[in-house]
Amino acid sequence: MSVSEDGLPCNRDVHEDLIRKLRKLLPPEAVLTDKEDLRPFECDGLSVYRRLPLVVALPETVAQVQAIMRLCHALQVPVVARGAGTGLSGGALPLSNGVLLSLAKFKRILHIDPENAMATLQPGVRNLAISEAAAAYGLYYAPDPSSQIACTIGGNVAENSGGVHCLKYGLTVHNILMLKVVTIEGELLTIGAETLDSSGYDLLALMSGSEGMLAVIVEVTVKLLAKPERAQVLLAAFDDVFKAGEAVGAIIAAGIIPAGLEMMDKVAIQAAEDFAHAGYPCNAEAILLCELDGTNAEVSEHVMKVRKILHQNGATEVRTAVNEAERQLFWKGRKSAFPAVGRISPDYYCMDGTIPRRQLPHVLRQISLWSEEYGLPVANVFHAGDGNLHPLILFDANKDGELARTEEFGQRILQLCVEMGGSITGEHGVGMEKINQMCIQFNSAELSQFHAVKAAFDPDGLLNPGKAIPTLQRCAEFGAMHVHHGQLSHPELERF
Amino acid sequence: MLERDISETLQQQVQKAIGNKTLLKIECGNSKAFLGRESHGETLDISAHCGIVEHDPRELVLTARSGTPLKEIEAALAESGQMLAFEPPHFGVNATLGGTIACGLSGPRRPFYGSARDFVLGCKLINGKGEILRVGGQVIKNVAGYDVSRLMVGAYGTLGVLLEISLKVLPRPAASHTSMQECTPAEAISKMSHLLSQPVPVDAACYHAGHFYLRLSGSEQAVKYAHEHLGGEVIEKSELFWHALREHQLPFLGSANPLYRVMVKPAVPPLEIAGEWLLDWGGAQRWLVSDEPIALIRERVAAVGGHVTQFRGGANNGEIFQPLAAPLLVIHQRLKASFDPHGIFNLGRIYANL
Repeated sequence: MSVSEDGLPCNRDVHEDLIRKLRKLLPPEAVLTDKEDLRPFECDGLSVYRRLPLVVALPETVAQVQAIMRLCHALQVPVVARGAGTGLSGGALPLSNGVLLSLAKFKRILHIDPENAMATLQPGVRNLAISEAAAAYGLYYAPDPSSQIACTIGGNVAENSGGVHCLKYGLTVHNILMLKVVTIEGELLTIGAETLDSSGYDLLALMSGSEGMLAVIVEVTVKLLAKPERAQVLLAAFDDVFKAGEAVGAIIAAGIIPAGLEMMDKVAIQAAEDFAHAGYPCNAEAILLCELDGTNAEVSEHVMKVRKILHQNGATEVRTAVNEAERQLFWKGRKSAFPAVGRISPDYYCMDGTIPRRQLPHVLRQISLWSEEYGLPVANVFHAGDGNLHPLILFDANKDGELARTEEFGQRILQLCVEMGGSITGEHGVGMEKINQMCIQFNSAELSQFHAVKAAFDPDGLLNPGKAIPTLQRCAEFGAMHVHHGQLSHPELERF
Repeated sequence: MLERDISETLQQQVQKAIGNKTLLKIECGNSKAFLGRESHGETLDISAHCGIVEHDPRELVLTARSGTPLKEIEAALAESGQMLAFEPPHFGVNATLGGTIACGLSGPRRPFYGSARDFVLGCKLINGKGEILRVGGQVIKNVAGYDVSRLMVGAYGTLGVLLEISLKVLPRPAASHTSMQECTPAEAISKMSHLLSQPVPVDAACYHAGHFYLRLSGSEQAVKYAHEHLGGEVIEKSELFWHALREHQLPFLGSANPLYRVMVKPAVPPLEIAGEWLLDWGGAQRWLVSDEPIALIRERVAAVGGHVTQFRGGANNGEIFQPLAAPLLVIHQRLKASFDPHGIFNLGRIYANL
């Protein structure tokens, strides 16, 4: 699926003019045009999509970003913004006729304000670095995507990143206060405020998860939280994935909101154990990791309750991490599940659908039936607390037709998620990858409204064009049936 | 409980208004008519579009039609031990879900649990082309498409007619406990700021007339332990106090002078503006009853990075909400046009011509 020719118009004169002018705006080493220099920017975390940009610009001041945007606007050249490039949906895939705007040099933590529990950051600050810097004040930044050692806060906002603690602490959108963004016209806007809300429309929500389509983020102010006094994790083994699913519902029904509630199936457990040696019970059909945090008293009370619920729901074994090192180890297994699966299969395709939790048994059963039908094994990793499924389809791209079969399988999973009342993406974004599946989740009026929203910020469609929201024409060509929020296309048919 | 789906009728009314170029004034329970700027037009009454569409306690999600009375939703949630964690003010017995979300109102628990906007997962709306759109969803994580459902929160109906809203709901805390201490405003602000970095189960903190009120909620043990640690005099029947605060029923809020909502960073020291103050949201939302000119209030608040809404009283055709910076106003105008190209919904409710 390596994409080299994107069939975009190429105006050599404009391009030469652009590069000449960029060199006037930026120091020589901040404008890259040689093929070998462009290579590191050809893809993001979804490496099946690759393309070289026309030019890479590496500004280091907001004024430079504004100047680049004005230039691109004047010359009508498209711009793709890029953070750390860890995105999993091809959102930072460059354009062969466009500028790849890297925010990598914006690495400074500008201010930590413990009195108001907030931090102001340049967009290239790594997610984990925020919590590390805030730790001295007993504070941390809650969203923790698995890539948190590498991914940056600008990209987190653009993708509205989640992580394993979303159910209790929310997504990026719930944890940011203010953004400074540069529009394609070069205008610097302040969105949100240092206060808990701001007047006018909630543009902060609109910017979160907008995938670089509306403006370029040049500064982020985040909310910091008090580090919980204690966090405790329980590991429960089950001889049946469905029992594990039931246990999840029972914990929630008991009025407990775990900080993290993760499920892995047998294939994922085995892979993670071989990789991280977390001490997972490899004979189990499923494990649940349930993290409880809060005050010492509350955690003790909840650990007792959750243990009981897990046993009542058929757990064959329940372990409580005996110390912080073991807690970290339990999590290490989960957080390294993707690379672990990467070791047992030449390639894997990670899906990111969400479903109402109660549909889990049906969806898992259907995935396992399709897995047999396609002859492709699946490892299931599931943010069970918030209904976010990550089935990893294992395949070998070197085998003829296997990638195509994998994509077809993946598409059926996403379609099923929409039919169940869920979504095609919980946290990885649409980007390039799920552009066609957007046609399943949204009808043409809804897609047209999204295009109109983009046009309000970017009337000429120069920011990250072709991503996130498909054109109506594309949907017509894709030909997928639009499934509207839980309404099955053929309700009379037996699905399971 | 009444259940009725009149989306088609409402859609036809909107389409008719587009055809006749009639301005529409969207109304539900009409409990929040006092908020925002004056807006003219034919009334589009949503109140008959009501009923809880879905609530599965295990999913922590509730979906209801806009006209559903807030009290019905709260009662249904209470039955399964759940709540709207943003603790919305009703401001009247007829308060509905639609009005609450359109105005983006949250109560005392907001700084600790999140705002109305934070709990919105998705919605169904009629845009200004007369189309029914579904955005967001009924799942906690969903990043497909722009976050249009949260954009509707606090837009005061200027972007579309809300038909149905899906919210994340939370379990009610097992125990809750309020304590009171006498102190100065500066001491209260310092206490509240300090609590931000402490692992304590606070879910409301306010200061008024020499008294600092702190509400702790969570498991029995957690609340008991935190209270022993933090001290203060126990308040009996404290829910009455928080209710009165949330509903603006504390006596001074009934003053003839305008009531301003002053938003600042929580640790900002007491502001030198004459009037009576109440500090809520751990110091982040401050209520001010004052006869000082709004321009002076805005100037002093802007100096500390805050913003001001003229919440009750005063002229209803001026700059009720903090004026927007020019480039932001342009984006607002374009967004308004993208949702409501004929400019028929609640015109001027938040800003003139928007």
